[in-house]
Amino acid sequence: MIMGIPQAALRSSTLVRLLLFLWLGVHAASASFAATSLLHKAAPEFVRTDLNHRRLDLRAYRGKVVLLNFWATWCAPCQLEMPRFVAWQNQYGPHGLQIIGVSMDDDSAAASSLVKKLKLNYPVVMGNEKLGQLYGGVMGLPITFLIDSQGKVQAQYQGETDLNSIEEQFKPLLRP
Amino acid sequence: MKTRLTWLSGTIVAVLVFVLLSPYPRVQAQFGGIGAPPGSALTIPQAQLLMPEALQKLLITASAEKPLILQVGSHMMYAEGHIPGSEYVGQGSQPAGLQQLQNRVNSLPRKKSIVLYCGCCPWNRCPNLGPAFAKLHDMGFTNVKVLYLADNFGTDWANKGYPVEQGR
Repeated sequence: MIMGIPQAALRSSTLVRLLLFLWLGVHAASASFAATSLLHKAAPEFVRTDLNHRRLDLRAYRGKVVLLNFWATWCAPCQLEMPRFVAWQNQYGPHGLQIIGVSMDDDSAAASSLVKKLKLNYPVVMGNEKLGQLYGGVMGLPITFLIDSQGKVQAQYQGETDLNSIEEQFKPLLRP
Repeated sequence: MKTRLTWLSGTIVAVLVFVLLSPYPRVQAQFGGIGAPPGSALTIPQAQLLMPEALQKLLITASAEKPLILQVGSHMMYAEGHIPGSEYVGQGSQPAGLQQLQNRVNSLPRKKSIVLYCGCCPWNRCPNLGPAFAKLHDMGFTNVKVLYLADNFGTDWANKGYPVEQGR
């Protein structure tokens, strides 16, 4: 018995199976979109100036595991992630992790202000539509790319993601 | 009798499965919810909801009257990709954005069909749509719909194969 319903009823209900099949099909299809574009491909290279006026060349981070995080000040879920990124940079930085933020704000003053408020300990550059398009179209935040030490995208996380699962994915890529 | 009971139970299970697993209860639960924070997209009445499929159908139906489609989120993200024909009118969460919105619609008849959308981040986190909708409501617009993008513009519009245009 499940919830008081005879097993025979469940077994006989082809409609249940049909609906489940349709639902799973629809949801599997919608979940697969964002994850396909850059996966296992070389992370698109870019050079920009960070908010501290230093040149940031993604290629210079070869040999490190990079979490490239697109965010914005108006994005509440983005701000939930950032304190954890600060902690990771402290904890795993010595093992080869480098977090890089890309603010998709229209205004750099707002981004700078939040960077100071949250005491971000990793570089942040201002993004633009070209950089967003380079990364497959950043049409929703947050979005984070896990780039391995060879410069390949190993994972892409869109929306509110379980941060523990991200941590479990990048840890094996780090130096002991 | 047993067969009939089995059929009835199966149908009840099927309906329950469909209702519980379909995305619509999630939408319903998010709209007009009691205790929705002021300014949040959750304050927008459910009746004003427009699903992406419905808007897409409207856009491709030659005989249909086309609404004025306004993006009230990030300009950078609008430049990356937006609904063809839509206009950027500033962030609904900012006073300057609301002023821009007001300037754009001020001269329009209050029965004008308007669709607002954002898609910057998950619906229940969007800071822009609630204030933009409230602004139009306060101005007396009576035919305003808000495009329901559950996760974001990429997932719920672009990745569904609906048309996207780039540029500012």
